[in-house]
Amino acid sequence: MQTNILEYLERTVVRVPDKIAFSDGKDHMTFSDLSLSARSIGSYLIEHGHGRGCVAVLMDKHPVQLATFFGVLYAGGFYVAPDAAMPPKRLQMIMDTVQPRMVICDKKNMALAYTLGLPVALYDDVYRYVVNEALLACVREAHIDTDPAYVVFTSGSTGVPKGVAACHRSVIDYTETLCAAVGFDEHTVFGNQTPLYFDAPLKEIMPTIKYGATAYLIPKQLFMFPVKLCDYLNEHKINTVCWVVSALTMISSLGVLEKNPPKYLKTVCFGSEVFPRKQYDLWRAALPQARFFNLYGPTEATGMSCYWAAERELAEDEPIPVGRPFRNTRIMLVNEQGKRAEQGEVGEIYISGTCVTLGYYNNPEKTAEAFVQNPLQSAYPEIVYRTGDLGRYNDYGELVFVSRKDSQIKHMGHRIELGEIEAAAATLDGVGRVCCVYPANQKKIVLYYAGEIEPAALSKELRLLLPRYMLPGAVHKLDTIPLTDNGKLNRRLLLEMASQNDK
Amino acid sequence: MEQLIEIMQNLHPDVDFETYEGLVDDGILDSLDIVTLITDINDAFDVSIPAEEILPENFNSAAALWELIERLDTV
Repeated sequence: MQTNILEYLERTVVRVPDKIAFSDGKDHMTFSDLSLSARSIGSYLIEHGHGRGCVAVLMDKHPVQLATFFGVLYAGGFYVAPDAAMPPKRLQMIMDTVQPRMVICDKKNMALAYTLGLPVALYDDVYRYVVNEALLACVREAHIDTDPAYVVFTSGSTGVPKGVAACHRSVIDYTETLCAAVGFDEHTVFGNQTPLYFDAPLKEIMPTIKYGATAYLIPKQLFMFPVKLCDYLNEHKINTVCWVVSALTMISSLGVLEKNPPKYLKTVCFGSEVFPRKQYDLWRAALPQARFFNLYGPTEATGMSCYWAAERELAEDEPIPVGRPFRNTRIMLVNEQGKRAEQGEVGEIYISGTCVTLGYYNNPEKTAEAFVQNPLQSAYPEIVYRTGDLGRYNDYGELVFVSRKDSQIKHMGHRIELGEIEAAAATLDGVGRVCCVYPANQKKIVLYYAGEIEPAALSKELRLLLPRYMLPGAVHKLDTIPLTDNGKLNRRLLLEMASQNDK
Repeated sequence: MEQLIEIMQNLHPDVDFETYEGLVDDGILDSLDIVTLITDINDAFDVSIPAEEILPENFNSAAALWELIERLDTV
């Protein structure tokens, strides 16, 4: 029985040592490079007393970042890899939550790494460290599959990001069931889009080391220039992508599918947000031979939990279903009475299975709110994850996403709590009440506030507190923020105002 | 040109678009900005920026973008 993620890599490196595992188009690492660097870093960490704990990885997206992740796992520890470009204050909050033993960084992020007040090692100085096989074996011997592998941070409604900790067993379960559902193999050539500081790239990383496939880490800048992006896909004969919808839409909405189609694509997985039907249809028409999958799932259930294979035509106004759970994952729809929702009735989506992660790192309160006893049985302890997503079953028995229960949104594939933006804005001088809304017709975060500060100044200050993808697209100053009769922020009214406002 | 600057200012109020020259190279604009800009420019100037013109060199400064708009306008 496999109990450690690294067993994938260890089996593959024997079979195809010289095959390229990860590349960004310029630099690449073979499976043997990857394995050696990871074992070196693992040996370094253990010998320096940083084994079996949290190690922060502060790097730009690059194949060596993955070698570092695996290095931390070789040391029996778990990694946290925050976005190095996020504002320093938010980075500090994340570090305060996980309290890593040390930081491994690349040259570019070295100065930033030293601001964290932790021991720092440069990747270039540790990746050739002498491998200590005996120590690595000793650490492996003590490992169990419920040990954490990583902590990934996601937006928190109170203003403090939440760190989702996932164990090896959950990642192995996810890898096996995802691969079985979508069907990857050693000929798969992935084009990775999502940043490595999320759980989303597990979709490419794990099948790559399991099968000895190859994954290209596509430079972020290419996602602004669709013709160049398609050139890149064709140049590297990329046949599989698992992208957020907005990245796919960028290509289809600007007419690139006709002029410069990604001609090697055979498998297109999409998710993280609703695919506009018109854009989905353009993709389907442009790549009639490709297989399309809608993937759905929260970070708290190790990435993705459900899939829908596009094997039937959808009715004109039919939303793309979320489909059914992966094997060994159970979905429960629970209505407001705490009972199983009837056929067709809307209920909250609960997820159960090995995929449910360990919880929010160092945050028992938030963990207790979302990782709860199965509401449908009380006979034995069974922790399930309460998603906050509302869904229902359609006539085909497929799960369909309906909406959110709270003010969490998906914006350009990023999961954002509007509350985090409001909390950040409220800390600024000259800002009174704040309310953020996300009008669906504009796909823009709109922030309303009352106070003395001018909108431009507020926007500028927010940049020091929030990552780019959370910054409001429009900021409006009001004399007073409308309240409901109960004295709460009148989100509905503001949402209507924002929806009617064209620009 | 003034109208273009205004459109760009809406996206990033804190950037001086009259003089800035590395909008793409320095990561000021992201992919959402590019999509928004294209839509806004197409509407405001009654042009249609074709996909093959969506290149870093055409979006690096307001001046470069203005040149593109003028070029498309005369076609």
